Amino acid sequence: MAASDVVFRVKRYRPESGGRPTFQEYTIPYRSDMVVLDGLNYIKDHIDPTLTFRWSCRMGICGSCGADVNGQPRLTCGTYVRDVHKGAVTVEPLSNFPILKDLVVDFDDFLRKLASVTPYIVRKDWGDLTKEYVQYPEDVEAYRQQSLCINCMLCYAACPVFGSSPEFVGPAASALALRYNRDTRDEGADARLARLNTRTGVWECTFVGECSVVCPKDVDPAAAIQTLKFLATMRHMRRLLMPGSSSR
Amino acid sequence: MKRTVYAADKVGFHILHTLFQTSMKYDRIHRFDEYFVTSLIVDGGACAGVVAMNLRGGTMVAIQGKATILATGGCGRVYEFTTNGFIKTGDGMALAYRAGVPLKDMEMVQFHPTCLPGTGILITEAARGEGGYLVNKDGERYMQRYLPSKMELGPRDILSRAMIQEMKAGRAFEGPYGLYMGLDLRHLGAKKINERIPMVRELVEKYMGLDPIHELIPVRPGQHYIMGGVSTNGKGETTLPGLYAVGETACVSINGANRLGSNSLSECLVFGAACGLAAAGFAKKKASYPRGAAAREALKKEEARVFDGVLGRERAKETVAGLRVEMQQLMERDVGIFREESALADACGMLGKMRDRFAAVGLADKDRVFNTELTAVLELDFMLDVALAIAHSARNRRESRGAHSRTDFPQRDDANYLKHTLAFRTDGPPRIDYVPVTVTKWQPVERKY
Ligand SMILES: Cc1cc2nc3c(=O)[nH]c(=O)nc-3n(C[C@H](O)[C@H](O)[C@H](O)COP(=O)(O)OP(=O)(O)OC[C@H]3O[C@@H](n4cnc5c(N)ncnc54)[C@H](O)[C@@H]3O)c2cc1C
Ligand code: SF4
Ligand code: FES
Repeated sequence: MAASDVVFRVKRYRPESGGRPTFQEYTIPYRSDMVVLDGLNYIKDHIDPTLTFRWSCRMGICGSCGADVNGQPRLTCGTYVRDVHKGAVTVEPLSNFPILKDLVVDFDDFLRKLASVTPYIVRKDWGDLTKEYVQYPEDVEAYRQQSLCINCMLCYAACPVFGSSPEFVGPAASALALRYNRDTRDEGADARLARLNTRTGVWECTFVGECSVVCPKDVDPAAAIQTLKFLATMRHMRRLLMPGSSSR
Repeated sequence: MKRTVYAADKVGFHILHTLFQTSMKYDRIHRFDEYFVTSLIVDGGACAGVVAMNLRGGTMVAIQGKATILATGGCGRVYEFTTNGFIKTGDGMALAYRAGVPLKDMEMVQFHPTCLPGTGILITEAARGEGGYLVNKDGERYMQRYLPSKMELGPRDILSRAMIQEMKAGRAFEGPYGLYMGLDLRHLGAKKINERIPMVRELVEKYMGLDPIHELIPVRPGQHYIMGGVSTNGKGETTLPGLYAVGETACVSINGANRLGSNSLSECLVFGAACGLAAAGFAKKKASYPRGAAAREALKKEEARVFDGVLGRERAKETVAGLRVEMQQLMERDVGIFREESALADACGMLGKMRDRFAAVGLADKDRVFNTELTAVLELDFMLDVALAIAHSARNRRESRGAHSRTDFPQRDDANYLKHTLAFRTDGPPRIDYVPVTVTKWQPVERKY
């Protein structure tokens, strides 16, 4: 291995060949400005076209390229080899998800959870749809942070609670629930809080906070979950004291 | 009146997620996630659905429908240096083209002036809209030489050409990824940068390791958008009944030869709605579902073509990565920002040869489940069709107009070319034809600033 090389240890799993996941090592040329995804693409294009991983935008916006890099959930397109390179770069599929092939995991469970929190604006009366619903900058600011989620699943890979109880609604779906609850145009807060107040809802969270550490978009799902716990409690109390009222 | 509305500099991102999340409201919408469409089903002169590969299951399926809408996006990856993601391989264009639908105005390719060298990551127009300068290595705002009345706010094609001219004149910076110019935001100050163009700062810090509040951003022009696409009318209808196209893969012709910034997303919203309504209306009127026979036959044909044919080819000298890069470099060199006859003739010939060489591309991955080498080969197949349509359309338009700039024919020639190019697929090179431009309220005039 030349001084200008770097070793990638990549976890391989090929459903059609059976067996357990194994590691394969590739030695590739190193550049100081290379990201982990560049390394994977170099392997795919020049060494081993069978290596399988998802990616598209290479700019941290499509959310498809997540993997565990040296044990940490990361976007491979946003992780510089120079920052993680300690002799070798280990790349594994995101933890806590079923592996489909090599680094490709199955996210369908998240899509069901996302659907369960009513991730859209709910209104009893839509009024005149040809008119604008005016929002002021401060109205947008209220949910801007949560709306930046790219569904990359790093937070689920980092979450020990999701790892041990897969039913847990989890960080990103909770953050997106809060995004809609904070939208001045929305009237669905009550139903979402009811959903999150269940056995698989926000109370499962023990506030480890790893989700917010790994989130590449500063969505801070851990804080969102804490807020939702508070809102769910308020809703509960209000329903006891003022039956028939609803959450905003 | 404002021409459009924004969600900071993440408009497309927010449209995408709002649309995706809101789609969950409707039980009747069935998503087929990670199904890769390989061909259209044509039955009795109408489109009757698609054949697609279920990537996770490793199977081929026929999805029948009374109406089919292509919304597969652009084809930037036919070029080496592009702002587009890896999936932008012109699939929908090639699918329609193979079913006999013409591709319109494919020579009209937009190059964006401000992309990060190396990756091609786009630095949005908003950076100049907010007051950013473009400078050469002498620190000069060189646009005063090319477009003093508009300077950095000139259209993308003129800014991109000016960059190439500055580079040729030896006034560019030189870096590890070749020549580049400087985008200077420093005088805007931290507050404005953070409030108005936060994504610019985020991207430059992350992907260049530079802070635009204190440093120049290196930029160079790259492929960004294609004005051409599947020929449609304002309702998204193509010449094949039951087949619709919308978004970047379509060419409704609102962008002419030169799209204005932010019109693409407005186009998706406006014509997306029009096209959806038209397709739904068409499906409602059509009494009977397509007969299963055509779908079964199409499915069998695709299984044979893809699984027995392409997947069966042993890996040899010709690889998908190798041929793809050759095509991309050729397009960049000969069908790029400046074009002329001998280069275009060369490109048409070389692409024809690559079309033949494609038949020898073999695969190392023989799995059916999630075979991304196989999808890459099928995408290259699509891209070669699209590249051929672009090169031939460009060669046949012997004038300069909008984004299409011929050094051998620098003038616009309305007498001969005030018309749309149509490219039809044949077994050989594309057949090029023309249709008149519909001129309504605004008469074409010379572009003057
Ligand atoms: C970096 C960048 C910034 C931009 N900024 C702006 C802007 O600020 N304003 C503006 O107006 N425009 C902008 N544009 C242009 C605009 O974003 C695109 O034109 C627009 O997103 C295209 O949308 P679409 O729905 O047509 O296609 P896309 O959004 O590209 O979607 C195509 C979809 O089709 C799927 N697909 C493709 N092939 C197949 C197949 N064979 N089988 C199954 N599925 C398939 C893809 O997976 C993808 O999901 C920008 C473009 C880029 C690259
Ligand atoms: S919350 Fe953050 S880490 Fe989780 S999916 Fe969204 S962007 Fe990714
Ligand atoms: S490739 Fe899109 S987020 Fe990394």
